[in-house]
Amino acid sequence: MGLLWLILFLVGASFFGFLLPVATLSTPFLQYLLQAVILGGLAYLLWRSLDDSRRSAVSRNLLIGTPYFWLMALFLVPFAIVLKISLSDVALARPPYLPHFDWATGIGAFLAELDFENFVFLTEDDLYWKAYLSSLKIAVISTVLTLLVGYPIAYGMARTPAEWRPTLMMLVILPFWTSFLIRVYAWMGILSNEGFLNQFLMWTGIISEPLTILNTNTAVYIGIVYTYLPFMILPIYAALERLDESLIEAAEDLGCSRLLAFWLVTIPMSKNGIIAGSFLVFIPALGEFVIPSLLGGSGTLMIGKVLWEEFFSNRDWPVASAVAIVLLLLLVVPIVLFQRNQQKQQEADQ
Amino acid sequence: MKLKAMMLTSVLAVGATAALAEEVRVYNWSDYIDEELLSKFEAETGIKLIYDVFDSNEVLETKMLAGGSGYDVVVPTGTFLQRQIQAGAFQKLDASKLSNAGNMWDAIEQRTAQYDPGNAYSINYMWGSTGLGVNVGKVREILGADAPVNSMDLILKPENMEKLAECGVHFLDAPAEIIPLTLKYLGEDPDSHDKDVIAKAEPVLMGVRPYIQKFHSSEYINALANGDICVAVGWSGDVLQARDRAAEAENGVEIEYHAFKEGSLMWFDQMAIPVDAPNPEAAHKFLDFIMDAGNMAAASNYVYYANGNKASQEFLEEDVIGDPAIYPDEETMGNLYTTTPYPAKTQRAVTRLWTKVKSGT
Repeated sequence: MGLLWLILFLVGASFFGFLLPVATLSTPFLQYLLQAVILGGLAYLLWRSLDDSRRSAVSRNLLIGTPYFWLMALFLVPFAIVLKISLSDVALARPPYLPHFDWATGIGAFLAELDFENFVFLTEDDLYWKAYLSSLKIAVISTVLTLLVGYPIAYGMARTPAEWRPTLMMLVILPFWTSFLIRVYAWMGILSNEGFLNQFLMWTGIISEPLTILNTNTAVYIGIVYTYLPFMILPIYAALERLDESLIEAAEDLGCSRLLAFWLVTIPMSKNGIIAGSFLVFIPALGEFVIPSLLGGSGTLMIGKVLWEEFFSNRDWPVASAVAIVLLLLLVVPIVLFQRNQQKQQEADQ
Repeated sequence: MKLKAMMLTSVLAVGATAALAEEVRVYNWSDYIDEELLSKFEAETGIKLIYDVFDSNEVLETKMLAGGSGYDVVVPTGTFLQRQIQAGAFQKLDASKLSNAGNMWDAIEQRTAQYDPGNAYSINYMWGSTGLGVNVGKVREILGADAPVNSMDLILKPENMEKLAECGVHFLDAPAEIIPLTLKYLGEDPDSHDKDVIAKAEPVLMGVRPYIQKFHSSEYINALANGDICVAVGWSGDVLQARDRAAEAENGVEIEYHAFKEGSLMWFDQMAIPVDAPNPEAAHKFLDFIMDAGNMAAASNYVYYANGNKASQEFLEEDVIGDPAIYPDEETMGNLYTTTPYPAKTQRAVTRLWTKVKSGT
């Protein structure tokens, strides 16, 4: 147990390693290692000096604090940095915006130089609104398509004999073993004018001229549905697997047709899976960059691409950050509203 | 105690190997060097060379301004170099470590000094112009024998482009070159920083946009050579590389490079050392290696770009030094123009225009 805590301390301490400037060692890795050992050792000694009741209080607080620590480190701190950049002005400097934070001038002078100019700029040019709306449209349509494709698969998986399910589950997860980028590239080979799909369709005689799919929005939909399908299948499958078969039997005994029983019992019982799956598809699809840039055409307007342009072509970090903040708000607001609604409903049910 | 000793030895061993394997990281344009030079540098100096490539000044600048790129030598074009020097992205060169500096060509150094005063931060690697790569057979077949293969009319007149669209046209994905070109066509100052003047380029580019297959800054070399496209707005040496690849493949494709008769953009790619380069010592060695007359000539003979190295000229092959597309004569030279970097707010208008043109909306 003591060893486990020691390891935890070491890992935790290595994150705070930058607090201790040890510049004597040649490589950064060794520096961090040394700092981690020093801080970890100190924490361990402190731990040893405590009596049992204090120890249990400390470990309880650590347990509760850990998720908050990760939330801070991985979400709130990066968000604050991006927010700060979005309030700055573009400048010829390294990094390319001003003001930079400087202890000498103090926080007051620093804050005074921030303004909302970049957000105003976003409203002045219709490019941004068009891009947000078109991303929203693409994300909504692809979420619905993914649901339509994913639900039957999840349903089928949950209905197969239990000994088959691990294999089917494996088949759903298996594509993740190949790089996402390579799988999207493979679609370029399938969808292009001389690609497998067109060759096959022409061979069967269904079409006589090749269909132009690559570099259109259709290809983007295909790419998103394909890539995010497992994220839809797995939560729905988890919900359906737990479904009590006897509920459907009861519905049928009470005079429901199979279809009506599916609609009145199975769908509502898998609602949580559907919602979770839809969010898991919708959120990354909204900010998607790789799929539209590889499969989409020059007419595909998505906010992820606009962000890339602002950052790499314009080298305008403040506007790029403002675009990212607005995107985040667009995502967070509906999620919060939805959760509040759910909570109210639960309370009403009780 | 024994464990402690073991740990200490292993830590020391890690430090020692790190010191032995000296590295220099170079970030250069794609298709821009004779790769044999890379192994030659490693053999001569014993320094491990890590060579990465890019095809856009904008991407390079993002890395430079973000800092911590990890590269020791990078190769921005003059206008971008000037901005990045102002931003403090580069370190001054140490002349005492560059024994081959005397090989440089004063005629080029005078021109690069407008971007890098006194050439304090950079050395010239190659220079060239932005013009037309033309599959002459195809273009004459489509537009007739008097096709304007050396004029901006070829790519900016919708009636020509409409016909050329069937065989494929690529433009560079480089707003800082295509917009000055369009302004020159309109008779405006190509280096204008006035938003209203720059805006005049938009309708012209939008008029030919439907007929442009792709905006890309490196794919056109192979596309021209394979006959997949028949016209590209591209960089001189890249087009000449396409010409050679087509000739080697004996596929009946004949590529020519033409500077615009209305005037072409002249640019200079400069080697510089980032201010936070991990190994500036080795970076200087690499620059000195490149400034060697024989090495520089080998690079030019391979990539078909002119260089800023006077001493290398005696080692250049005749089809390089004797080709006016690479080393232009005085008259053509007078017809070339240069540009200066856009200020931030103009840059925003330029990129916005470029996004519009590329997406065609």
